Amino acid sequence: MTTTTPLGSPIELDPEGFFLRPEQWDETMAEPIARENGIGALTERHWQVINFMRHSYLTTGSAPSIRTLGKASGVPVKELYQLFPKGPAKLAAKIAGIPKPRGCI
Amino acid sequence: MSDTLQQPELATDPSQTIQKVSIIISRGSLEGIYPGLIMANGARMEGIDANLFFTFFGLDAINRAKHEHVKVATVGNPGLHLATWAGGFPGVAAMVTHRFAGEMEKLDIPPIPEFIELIADSGAGMYACKASVDMFHLSKDDFIPQVQDIITVGEFYGLAGGGQIIFT
Repeated sequence: MTTTTPLGSPIELDPEGFFLRPEQWDETMAEPIARENGIGALTERHWQVINFMRHSYLTTGSAPSIRTLGKASGVPVKELYQLFPKGPAKLAAKIAGIPKPRGCI
Repeated sequence: MSDTLQQPELATDPSQTIQKVSIIISRGSLEGIYPGLIMANGARMEGIDANLFFTFFGLDAINRAKHEHVKVATVGNPGLHLATWAGGFPGVAAMVTHRFAGEMEKLDIPPIPEFIELIADSGAGMYACKASVDMFHLSKDDFIPQVQDIITVGEFYGLAGGGQIIFT
């Protein structure tokens, strides 16, 4: 599925709205994606998780598990679920412009 | 860890998606406990409400004295393809359990105590079955602090209302 940003550049998304090509993402897209997914303004703590997700994906080729996210992002599991109530790993990945995480954990 | 593959077809109509699950864990072996924990954690990761109800030997998963010592059942477990007499040998259950633990660590699956804490932190409810607690002469003090309450079957059905029930 291809869609177009307000600025006119095409981006490729999967049917659920995850980026298929992370290089098509930039930081200005994060707020609108978050809003569409029921998250209000992105705080510094949201950004800490988003940046961690994106960095992990770009350096390892896969998104971190919720366990790793809770241990290594600097944001504990309880707070992750407060920041992203509908699923931290999934929503942070969507907002961070990386493909949908496929792990079971 | 995860990678990207072709996506299966997904339900997008809210009336067709699962909003809440209540998962019963009834067995006390490693392979009896993990599936329910993985289902509960996976539910929370999808934003699905989840309750865990521990009954019978499943109570070992939340028993503070026992949950670090849960073993793979090596006797009478045809899936292991191990002769029953060999499975009963001293140390075999510990050795097989150790190997499983190593494989799971590679997949970033936590040991049971850490996994329970992770699932509780994710907002899932944890409950012990009253009939089993009474039968084993246990009390709330025997359980890890994440256990919210000891409840009856009727109360469990009340909590499970409006969602799906999964028995493991």
